Amino acid sequence: MNARTLPYLLILPVTLFLCVFFIYPFVLVAQLAFTQGDGFTLANFREVVGYWKFPISLKNTLLLAAIVVPIQLALSLAMATMVSKMEKGRDLVLYVWTIPLGISDLAAGIIWLAIFEQSGFLNSMMSGMGLIDKPISLLTYEHPWVIFIAIALAEIWRATAIMLVILVAGMGLIPKEYYEAAEVFGASPWKRFLKITLPMLRPSLQTALVLRVILAFEVFAVVIALGGSLFPVLMAETYAYQFDLLNSGAAAAIALIILAISIGFTLIILRLLRVPKGATI
Amino acid sequence: MAQIRIKNVAKRFGAYQALHSINLDVADQEFMVLLGASGCGKTTLLRIIAGLETPSEGEVWIGDRRVDHLAPRDRGIAMVFQNYAVFPHLTVFENIAFGLRMAKMDNALVTKRVERTAELMHIEQLLKRYSGELSGGQRQRVAVARALAMEPDVILMDEPLSNLDALLRLEMRAELKGVLAESKTTAIYVTHDQVEAMSLADRISVMHQGRIVQAASPIEVYRNPAARFVASFIGNPPMNFLPATSHGNGQWSVAGQTFNGPATQKPLEFAIRPEDLSPADQGLKATARVVEPLGAHLLVTCDVEGASFRAVLDSDLTVRPGDILTLAPQPDRIRWFDPETTQAVA
Ligand SMILES: Nc1ncnc2c1ncn2[C@@H]1O[C@H](COP(=O)(O)OP(=O)(O)OP(=O)(O)O)[C@@H](O)[C@H]1O
Ligand SMILES: [Mg+2]
Repeated sequence: MNARTLPYLLILPVTLFLCVFFIYPFVLVAQLAFTQGDGFTLANFREVVGYWKFPISLKNTLLLAAIVVPIQLALSLAMATMVSKMEKGRDLVLYVWTIPLGISDLAAGIIWLAIFEQSGFLNSMMSGMGLIDKPISLLTYEHPWVIFIAIALAEIWRATAIMLVILVAGMGLIPKEYYEAAEVFGASPWKRFLKITLPMLRPSLQTALVLRVILAFEVFAVVIALGGSLFPVLMAETYAYQFDLLNSGAAAAIALIILAISIGFTLIILRLLRVPKGATI
Repeated sequence: MAQIRIKNVAKRFGAYQALHSINLDVADQEFMVLLGASGCGKTTLLRIIAGLETPSEGEVWIGDRRVDHLAPRDRGIAMVFQNYAVFPHLTVFENIAFGLRMAKMDNALVTKRVERTAELMHIEQLLKRYSGELSGGQRQRVAVARALAMEPDVILMDEPLSNLDALLRLEMRAELKGVLAESKTTAIYVTHDQVEAMSLADRISVMHQGRIVQAASPIEVYRNPAARFVASFIGNPPMNFLPATSHGNGQWSVAGQTFNGPATQKPLEFAIRPEDLSPADQGLKATARVVEPLGAHLLVTCDVEGASFRAVLDSDLTVRPGDILTLAPQPDRIRWFDPETTQAVA
């Protein structure tokens, strides 16, 4: 076998698979979004963007991402730093911290529903401590911020570990000698984190953030479980167009809008965390 | 004042004892060289002084402060790492400036200091590059510049010139010595290159298997090795050894010849440097095996009663393999070692 053609031959199955099950459906979705009856049109986009729920769901989706992702970033950095400093029991702690990863997002939503609902843990605990006389219903339209907090908590609880594992792997790749040099030249632990860990972690931060931000724009099951229609998000709108209103053209259009937002943020993240040529480890 | 005092420092890595009860005093502004073979514990000792490794036992003092419980950054030292540790995500300029920035030095001053140090190490044209774009030798000079820029009281250097070509190394060596003398810095310099050690050191500490076997001036280490190891390690080629038996009254028989020596009855070893031998009528009978012309000298490896024996002779002489030479040792350069304790005997 020719050494030049072999690599291409080996990646052929994956490429074919992606073409058949990813590119082809994507073309179909794009076709759906840009046609209505006959020929090219932007009518689907006009329809979904013009609907009164669109600005709210866009705002909710972005707000949720803007609150959840930075908190997760800070948490996962702190957790990864702690894990990296451990000598014994490190794997055990890592496994425990990544347990939520093994739970589906709907199940995660239901777990947090069990905490926040009227007969849930939170109410029993508060009445047990004598803080309230009778159980109160928290997840209602009267307390939109409670719904928001519940969703944000569930998301943080569920998906921080994805960033954590990527960052732990990334930190493991930073040679110890750079920390030692920084220490000798006067850097405090905090300065070492800022001047050594963060810049050298840029490739991992890119991956973790891109992955997490894309997931944040696709948030769905947790929102449905905790907020239902009280907290509209883009993905829930897609679902509603496709299955409640049976308007696949509009559903395709809104899916493409989500994709565009994801690509936009991905490019911004890649740009912001770019590593200059020659500056790699 | 930054004298360094190391008291009874030992270091164990698990069951392996890397350092055995090290005692070492380095005077203020002294240039101390740690010399020893690979794996003898030089880096470990340096890292203990820097605070990157905690000693299993003993004390480390810098100036009049005991520092073994202080963080590296509180010890007032700068260090050149054996593996450079030049930060890959910073330019050469920012690498050299790193310690100064940590000390919150004024920007204009930082620029001046960095440029001056870079010039000294001949890397001023590389200031904008990243370490991934440098050669090993250039990276090493960045590491040295980063330490020099700090103008510290104490500088620790772990084989800082090992990756330079011979010519550049010679030049850097001279520069380094000049700069450190001028800035009144106390320096500990690790190397396994004995020429470098000889030329730089105020004093040399010869290390062997986790112990300091001799700490003395270069000429003392060369002329009067305190132990057999030092004699067999220092000098290129090192000392020759031959077994000696006592006739009593300080008379010793070595390879059939009689020499004056210490007044002891124990069997000793006779030792002489190859360059302290010259052809004569009376002396050790040696059969030449290999003859290597070195330009100024002739290095002859011979056989004396079955033992390998080297002589550095004048290159005007004609010696062929198989020739039998009579080599006379210069009497005041003969040294004696006790094979049991391996120590020198006067
Ligand atoms: N972290 C460690 N764990 C276990 N053993 C170690 C460790 N660091 C060093 N050693 C051992 O201690 C001994 C001394 O090592 P050290 O690095 O001080 O040698 P060195 O004199 O600097 O050698 P070289 O000239 O090759 O740099 C070696 O045998 C080494 O294997
Ligand atoms: Mg070493």
